Amino acid sequence: MSETTRPRTLPRYSASERSNHWVVAITFILLALSGLAFYHPAFFFLSDLLGGGYWARVLHPYIGVVFFVCFAVLALRLARHNAWEAKDAQWLKHFPDVLANREEHLPEVGRYNALQKALFYVLVLSAVGLLLSGIGLWRAWFSLPVGVVRAAALVHAACAFVAITSIIVHIYAAIWVKGSVRAMTRGDVTWGWAWRHHRAWFRQMVKGANE
Amino acid sequence: MALQSLDIKRRSATTSPTPSVREPSVGAVAKLIDVSKCIGCKACQTACMEWNDLRDEIGTNVGVYDNPADLTEHSWTVMRFAEYENPQGDLEWLIRKDGCMHCEDPGCLKACPSPGAIVQYANGIVDFHEENCIGCGYCVTGCPFNVPRLSKKDHKAYKCTLCSDRVAVGQEPACVKTCPTGAIEFGTKEEMKEHAQARIADLKSRGYANAGLYDPAGVGGTHVMYVLHHADQPTLYSGLPKDPQISPTVSLWKGVAKPLSMAAMALAALVGFFHYMRVGPAETSEEDEHRAEKEVSHE
Repeated sequence: MSETTRPRTLPRYSASERSNHWVVAITFILLALSGLAFYHPAFFFLSDLLGGGYWARVLHPYIGVVFFVCFAVLALRLARHNAWEAKDAQWLKHFPDVLANREEHLPEVGRYNALQKALFYVLVLSAVGLLLSGIGLWRAWFSLPVGVVRAAALVHAACAFVAITSIIVHIYAAIWVKGSVRAMTRGDVTWGWAWRHHRAWFRQMVKGANE
Repeated sequence: MALQSLDIKRRSATTSPTPSVREPSVGAVAKLIDVSKCIGCKACQTACMEWNDLRDEIGTNVGVYDNPADLTEHSWTVMRFAEYENPQGDLEWLIRKDGCMHCEDPGCLKACPSPGAIVQYANGIVDFHEENCIGCGYCVTGCPFNVPRLSKKDHKAYKCTLCSDRVAVGQEPACVKTCPTGAIEFGTKEEMKEHAQARIADLKSRGYANAGLYDPAGVGGTHVMYVLHHADQPTLYSGLPKDPQISPTVSLWKGVAKPLSMAAMALAALVGFFHYMRVGPAETSEEDEHRAEKEVSHE
């Protein structure tokens, strides 16, 4: 094979899945920035992104509803790939090898590795927590007893913290593992990428393609 | 915004220092409401409406004297009438003028996320600056006395200002000025406490053994205080809380959780940055592509 040949690719996300992901991503960023503005004075200036504190307060919950609906659709689409397996626990035991880039020491990975699956579950739980507690804080439409609203404020902040921290890890992983971002921007990954990072998925995919 | 004679000593969602050079030599101010002298005439409610240009909607009679039935964005003070049958079998009519207590440690200010929407002046008055209010209602969540009300018109929060505009120019609040029995008095906090002691001694001499001052320590004391005939049972007075304090949930949310979670998020980003700088990217090599090709062609 000549060196100039472009590497062969495998489809990873359809155009519809990519659109879904990016709507979730954009709304999440808007929610995180306006939410941080309400959370800590050091970030209040971020409310200007939505037109100032007043508009940020008005818009945040509506954006939250769009986020939750799109996130729920995305989560349902990806749920079947995220079933926890025995080999995931095995993979997690080799976590120092993951961090040190020694993938040859790791058990074979399917479509998603253990950390990606864990992220999936953590985000599902925190999104549900954010939705339910957000209802308590949405005074334009709901009026709940003050004890409930106080608890909701704490739960909302805790879930947001978990979600934002998880997304920091998610974004870092995308930056760190080269060749991943194209899965979400173009929809495909190279054979080599799949072979290196998700070998079980690669074998399953090429087997299907050859038959 | 602030009048020079009313320095701001605490400002919502602000971490930098507020002006602290001028110190009022007379200390903080306080309003003293002597419940035992109140006749429930509602002149204070009327004076409040007049001075502050507030007109509530005319409601309906719900069978009791309370009118309006609750505090609203238009009614910053409300007389609450409670009928109490004492152990001797006598009826006592306990009338309490409800409204903002102007806590020394204000839960509303602690909870407010908008810089400068809630301030506390050096004289202790807690004031809402509605032009900075974003309408989130966190002040309602923070208040241990259930006082702030969100307007349905502009979605901003309103409550008693203790007539900060009048106090700034050396006048007493409108409700104090109008009270026909002298049940509401205004002065320095020290003066009001002394005055209360004389009233309490008088009440005790007339058989109210548990008469006392309501200046709850759980919120650092208040700049609106009550003389109560039954200071041991404040809840008799239409649910005046016995030991009010900022809810522990609110303290956690607006206290230690803030810096800790911010630090943890910053740490997550920093760990990522330094991991990349130390380990470098996880790249797919040409060799990986060849191996993948080879594996398929072997099958």
